[in-house]
Amino acid sequence: MHMPPPDEGILARREEIVAALRAIVPGEGVIADQVGLRPYECDALSAYRAVPIAVVLPSTVEEVSAVLAWCHREKVKVVPRGAGTSLSGGSLPLVDGIVLGMGKFNRILDIDFENRTVTAQPGVTNLGITKAVEHAGFYYAPDPSSQIACSIGGNIAENSGGVHCLKYGLTTNNVLGIEMVLPTGEIVRLGGKHLDSEGYDLLGLMTGSEGLLGVVTEVTVRILQKPPVARAVLMGFPTSEQGGDTVASIIGAGIIPGGLEMMDRPAIQAAEDFLHAGYPLDVEALLICELDGPEVEVNHLIETVAGIARQHGATTIRVSQSEEERLLFWAGRKAAFPAVGRISPDYYCMDGTIPRARLAEVLAGMQEMSKRYGLRVANVFHAGDGNLHPLILFDANKPDELQKAEAFGSDILKLCVEVGGVLTGEHGVGVEKRDLMPTMFTEADLNQQIRVKCAFDPEQILNPGKVFPKLHRCAEMGRLHVSGGRIPFADLPRF
Amino acid sequence: MELLLPQSLAEAADMVAAALVEERPLSVLGQGGKLGLGQPAAQPTGLSTRRLSGITLYEPGELVLSCGAGTPLAEIEATLAERQQQLAFEPPDASAWYGAAPGQATMGGVFATNLAGPRRFKAGAPRDHLLGVQCVTGRGEAIKTGGRVVKNVTGYDLCKLLSGSFGTLAVMGHVTFKVLPAPEFTQTLAIFGEDLADLAARMRKAAGTAFEISGAALLPAGAAGRSGVGALREHGGAVALLRVEGVRPSVEDRMQGLVGEVVGRSLPHLVLAEESIELWQRIRDLRVLPDRPVLWRLSVAPTEGVAAAKALSGLGADLFLDQVGGQIFAVMDDPRAAEVRALVAGGGHATLLRASDEFRSTIPVFQPQPAPLAALAARVKNAFDPRQILEPGRMTLAA
Ligand SMILES: Cc1cc2nc3c(=O)[nH]c(=O)nc-3n(C[C@H](O)[C@H](O)[C@H](O)COP(=O)(O)OP(=O)(O)OC[C@H]3O[C@@H](n4cnc5c(N)ncnc54)[C@H](O)[C@@H]3O)c2cc1C
Repeated sequence: MHMPPPDEGILARREEIVAALRAIVPGEGVIADQVGLRPYECDALSAYRAVPIAVVLPSTVEEVSAVLAWCHREKVKVVPRGAGTSLSGGSLPLVDGIVLGMGKFNRILDIDFENRTVTAQPGVTNLGITKAVEHAGFYYAPDPSSQIACSIGGNIAENSGGVHCLKYGLTTNNVLGIEMVLPTGEIVRLGGKHLDSEGYDLLGLMTGSEGLLGVVTEVTVRILQKPPVARAVLMGFPTSEQGGDTVASIIGAGIIPGGLEMMDRPAIQAAEDFLHAGYPLDVEALLICELDGPEVEVNHLIETVAGIARQHGATTIRVSQSEEERLLFWAGRKAAFPAVGRISPDYYCMDGTIPRARLAEVLAGMQEMSKRYGLRVANVFHAGDGNLHPLILFDANKPDELQKAEAFGSDILKLCVEVGGVLTGEHGVGVEKRDLMPTMFTEADLNQQIRVKCAFDPEQILNPGKVFPKLHRCAEMGRLHVSGGRIPFADLPRF
Repeated sequence: MELLLPQSLAEAADMVAAALVEERPLSVLGQGGKLGLGQPAAQPTGLSTRRLSGITLYEPGELVLSCGAGTPLAEIEATLAERQQQLAFEPPDASAWYGAAPGQATMGGVFATNLAGPRRFKAGAPRDHLLGVQCVTGRGEAIKTGGRVVKNVTGYDLCKLLSGSFGTLAVMGHVTFKVLPAPEFTQTLAIFGEDLADLAARMRKAAGTAFEISGAALLPAGAAGRSGVGALREHGGAVALLRVEGVRPSVEDRMQGLVGEVVGRSLPHLVLAEESIELWQRIRDLRVLPDRPVLWRLSVAPTEGVAAAKALSGLGADLFLDQVGGQIFAVMDDPRAAEVRALVAGGGHATLLRASDEFRSTIPVFQPQPAPLAALAARVKNAFDPRQILEPGRMTLAA
């Protein structure tokens, strides 16, 4: 993975840049010493690191606007950062740029139970929103596993998902409005407490745009009343096909569970060794299906789900009989990452999505690659929506193992695309999958996306080097050559 | 209008490329039933997707369907119904609002206009269900965006941008979208009252419970009279309607809870079962409103709905509120645009869904945006269509 070569001209202006930023954001809001910069040198994809010129921590939208306007004018690159939990290098700094940290934007601005909305600054954590409303029985549905740490602004940038997204949607389905600052420094508002957009759906475009189009400075989300009851079924299968078929049959029967997760044998083993949740160890696939809603509904559907599992040859079927047991079923799944972390010095988490029917084939392909690369792989899987999280086990201290793990990861993602899936379901392209984009998109596809980027950020100062494998000048992208004189279909019948 | 009828995406790309050479702007349409929505911008030549028709993939177990953009909505709905599935966003049969024969809508048109029905606040709009698109941009280039899976953050979500873009960015040729199970049972709680504000407050309360209502509309007496339900007409006053859907035992249980929580002892109410389906279709298609030339849709925070509705009544409108009170559909004789738009000044938007060409040549159909946002939208348009070849002037009034 290579980043664009740093701009020597910018590096030479380090002191001038820091001074200018200090004039905008006073006091401790600008960090420029090497020790202070350390914590910002990477995000959760810690294999990649870079120390930026400075970290700026504004606390008002006016400061954000002034910083961006100055950087735009002076062509200084800016990497927005929330909590730095990105798994794709989205908030990886650039050595010739600054990091714009949104950590001081940490206040909840408005709680409106009547309209079922919360308005928060972008640095508020995902869980912080739920915490602010749970006393009234409400919660914010999208729940990434990183929810105690990740920021709602980062969630917008990555369109984050979680276990509940099958039923309740991703970030994009739960955001009603934002305020953001364009790279030019202009402040705009999209949406609010009302539904739908008056013009182009720029809010939808912003969600999942990985910090490349604007800096989010305020967020309004929908909150929901917590379902009264949740129960889970734990199901073990001799083969992953049976597990996959069970998922298809549950959904085919008209049931959209609150959560539907799968683990493969290595993941089950690691989780069980770590937590002793009582997972069966003689199965190839473990499925956890959670149903939530009114008690009568949950009790009615849980029987149906258990029946479907039985038909598909489940060798273990356990229905949670208490809240404690339900949490125990989940404990292993939720701790799958740290559990795998225990059995390997390092692991690399992938995030492809596949059409679910191709699961068995993709798992088999991964086993074959695992042998070829000599690296183990464990799988946790948002089974309901086909989002795979293969964890590749490696040891960064051994020469070449990181490169091998990365190559293994690339091969998995290419396989996902081959079977009709995509490179990333929820972690973003960032720097990590940037160079794989051409496996999914043609040059024309990508150029159109870059043109959208140019509409927002003509100088390309926001998070350059991420998402797109090649940087193009905006002027070059905008050109259109009309092939003169050629009129195809002049003879086609017209009605 | 002369029509171009491509039979493949490549053909459509060649047609747009030819239009660029000839500097001949195109209208973009399926069957053309909703051409009356937008500024009057009909071009001498239209590019219709109606021959890009047919389902190419339907996997009920994966909740996904792909089809040509010209595929009739009716065909999709019939296919889904066979497997007890549906389009959760409940697209209205909007062609009828513009005098076209009902039942002609195409899927391309459904997404290009992004119109949703009463389930919008719970299930989302077309934009929330569109997963992938193959299209031809105003540069004459065939591109794709998205995919066939729900969880996908690979690249910008251009599906959102294309939803509700009225053909101004690209011609959608092939669409892939999410489908969902259809509810096996539906009931509707009707609460009668005189005070719109009180009924609206009860709707908001209902939406804030865990009873998962999937429709919340407020019909003043006039609309209640046109609801097609005898009991609502006979009561003669306003009625709040709350829909509950799902498996039967759950619906019955939630309905009981809902009655206890939002009706209390004081108000007359009743629970509708068989009439429910037809009733919500009438609401979805705006058939509870009388036939008057001008149609507005206002979108505001639910708490602001009743005040706006009262002001609209003061302007002589017939109306009803949907989406827990956050959306108002109003019909009137003259647009009264300045007064109507003033009602959303505190947040929201007003769309002039229908009016004569004359009115729509001087009144912005879509809510005007602040200058930086309007400029950004124009740059986005240019990014797809630098020569203004696709639907020029459909979404913005010429300055
Ligand atoms: C242990 C672990 C578990 C995880 N589990 C999940 C999961 O279940 N589901 C899931 O979807 N993700 C998961 N993630 C990934 C990550 O938590 C999410 O992507 C999260 O949304 C990132 O938020 P952040 O605040 O940390 O953003 P950062 O990492 O700081 O930034 C992420 C991106 O957002 C941009 N950005 C941040 N703030 C703003 C802003 N205000 N305006 C504009 N752009 C901004 C950055 O430039 C960057 O491109 C997990 C990560 C970890 C470490």
